[in-house]
Amino acid sequence: MSVKVLTANRLTDGEAVWLGANGDWLDQIDGALVARHAEAVAALEEAGKAAIKSNLVIDVNVIDVEERGTNLYPVRLRERIRQLGPTIRLDLGKQAEKTSANAA
Amino acid sequence: MYRYDEFDHAFVSARVEQFKDQVERRLAGELTEEQFRPLRLMNGVYLQLHAYMLRVAIPYGTLSGRQMHKLAHIARRYDRGYGHFTTRQNIQYNWPALSDMPAVLDELASVEMHALQTSGNCIRNVTADHFAGAAADEAADPRPYAEILRQWSSMHPEFSYLPRKFKIAVTGADRDRAAIQVHDIGLHLKKNEAGELGFAVYIGGGQGRTPMVAKKIRDFLPVEDLLTYTTAIVRVYNLNGRRDNKYKARIKILVHETGTEEITRQVEAEWQAIKDTDLKMPQQDVDAIDNYFRMPNLPHRPEGWSQLAAARKADHSFARWVDQNVTPHKNPDYGVVTISLKPIGGIPGDATDAQMDLVADIAEKFSSDEIRVSHEQNLVLPHVAIADLRIVYDLLLTDGLATANAGLITDIIACPGLDYCALANARSIPVAQRISERFGQPERQADIGELKIKISGCINACGHHHVGHIGILGVEKKGEELYQISLGGSGDEICTIGDITGRGFSSEEIVDAVETIVDRYLLVRTDKEENFLATYRRLGAAPFKDALYNETANAA
Repeated sequence: MSVKVLTANRLTDGEAVWLGANGDWLDQIDGALVARHAEAVAALEEAGKAAIKSNLVIDVNVIDVEERGTNLYPVRLRERIRQLGPTIRLDLGKQAEKTSANAA
Repeated sequence: MYRYDEFDHAFVSARVEQFKDQVERRLAGELTEEQFRPLRLMNGVYLQLHAYMLRVAIPYGTLSGRQMHKLAHIARRYDRGYGHFTTRQNIQYNWPALSDMPAVLDELASVEMHALQTSGNCIRNVTADHFAGAAADEAADPRPYAEILRQWSSMHPEFSYLPRKFKIAVTGADRDRAAIQVHDIGLHLKKNEAGELGFAVYIGGGQGRTPMVAKKIRDFLPVEDLLTYTTAIVRVYNLNGRRDNKYKARIKILVHETGTEEITRQVEAEWQAIKDTDLKMPQQDVDAIDNYFRMPNLPHRPEGWSQLAAARKADHSFARWVDQNVTPHKNPDYGVVTISLKPIGGIPGDATDAQMDLVADIAEKFSSDEIRVSHEQNLVLPHVAIADLRIVYDLLLTDGLATANAGLITDIIACPGLDYCALANARSIPVAQRISERFGQPERQADIGELKIKISGCINACGHHHVGHIGILGVEKKGEELYQISLGGSGDEICTIGDITGRGFSSEEIVDAVETIVDRYLLVRTDKEENFLATYRRLGAAPFKDALYNETANAA
C-alpha cells in the first residue's frame, strides 16, 4: 500500500532531503516520517509550509512511497532517482555516499 | 576572439556583485524563494533533482584555452570533476552549492565569462555554426554578428521580460550546421551577386511541444540593418505574443496564428519606422567587431599532406578518425577537428576536468588557442595544421577523446533527462549509452553512415528529438518510461520535423526498435551512398513502420 512522506531540497546546497519523524530534515529517506491517513498527510503539508517559511528547504513535495519491510520505496522513478543519484553515475549522489559508508 | 572592453568588464562585475548580495540575502532569509527564484534564474542557477545546476554561457560556442582551463578548474573545485556541454553550446555544472555561486561567477568573470541570460524569458545565448570562421564552405564568419547581437541583447530593457524565452542562431554557410530553422530567429549570412553581405531571415521555428520549421521573411537583409530588423521582429513579438498561455507564448505560435504574410507585413511596418535610427550599424562598428574574429595567422604547412598519407597508411584507427572527425578548413594546409564527447557507451556531452584541461592545452599549442562547442555536444579545434593531426590525435587518445564517430549513429545528442533534470519524465542518457554500445563497432557504424539520433527526456525537446533522423522522446506512462520514435527529422538547410511512427516502446524495447529501423534501412537503401535521411525521404515511413509493428506478418 502506498503511503506518503515529505521531501524537499535543502536551501544551501540543493541536496534532496526528507522530513524525519523527529522533525529534522534527513539526507536519506530511511527514517522519514510516514503519513498513513489523510490527517497525517495534511500535517505533512503544514510541516512543509512551515519549513519553507523557516528558510531551510525549497521545492517541498508530498510523495507516494511503498513500505517494503523496513524500507521506504518511492513509487515514481523520479523520486527513486532523487533518493539514490543519477542512474548513469553510481559514483555520485546518495548511492555513492551509502557505498562509501558501507565500505568504511 | 572577442575581448571584453571596459564596459563589458564593469557590467559583468556589477552583476556578480549584485548576485552575491542576493545570495547572501537569500541565505539569511531576507529574500523568500519566491522572490529569489527569478533572480537566480537570471544568473543561470536552476534547481535539479539532486542539487542546484549552473548553466554558463559560451557565446556562439567560442572559447580560448584559458577559458576552458577555467571551466575545468570550476568543475574540480566547485563541482564533482566534470561538466556537461549542452545543445545550446553552453556548459552545465550539476552539483554546485548555492553558497558557492558568487565565487564561481567571480571565477568566470576573471576570464570574461558569465551565466547571464541562460534562463528566463529573455534573448538567450546566441548560437552559431561551430565551424564558423574556419569552414571551407563558409561565405563569411557569422560570429561578429552573433557578438553584436549579444551586446545588443544583454540586459536589453525592452526585451528582458518577453512572453517567453527567445533563441537566435546564425550561420555563414549554405550547409546549415546551426539548425537555424528551429530557432525563434534564424540568420543565414550570405553574399549577394554584388558580393555584399546580408542575411536571409527566418522566424518562428522551434521544437518543444509544438515543433515548427521557421518561415523565411527576408531573403537578403543588408548587414547594416541587422539590429533594426531584429528589433522590429522582437518588438512585434513582445507586443503580440501570447502571455495568456505559457504553451502558446513562443513566437512560433504567433507566426502560425497570424500567418507568415501578415506577420511579415507587421515586422516590415515596424522596421520602416526605425530602420534609420541609431541602431543602424555603421560599417566601422561592424569592422571593429569583425577585427576580433579575424583568421589567426596560420603559417604554411604544406608538409602535412605527405605526412598524413603515410600516417594514415600506418594506422587504420587514425585514418578512420581523420575521415570522420576532420573536415575541410579555408586554408588547405589545415583541418577542422571535431573532438567527440561521445565515447562508445559514454555520456553524451560530459567532459571531466582533466579532459577539459587537455583540450585547452592542445588548443593553445595546435589550434591558435581556439575551441568551439557544438550544439551536437562535441568540442571542436578549428585551426589544426594537417601536419599536426597525428600528434593531436595521439594526445586526444590519452584521455578517451579520439572516438571516430562525428556524424555517425553513435554521435547521439541526449539531454540530461530524468537522471538530473527536474522537468524530465524519462531518462535519456542510458538509452543513448545502450544504443551507442549496440552500434559501437567501427565497421558497423561506417556501413550505416551518416545517421543522427537525438533523444529528449521530455516534450521540451532539449535533446532536439524532432530534428533527429531518428528522434526519441521519453515520456512517463503508468509510472513507466516509454519512448516514442519519430523518423525523418532534420535540422539542416532542408529542415523537417520528424514523423511519429506509432505506439511507443518500453525501455527494454527501445534499442531493439532502433536496430529494427536501421536494419530495414540497410535493406532498402539503393546503395551505401544513399544515407538514412535520403532513404526515408524517398520511401517515407511505410517500410519502417512495417518493420517496427508488423514483425509477425513479416515473419509469416
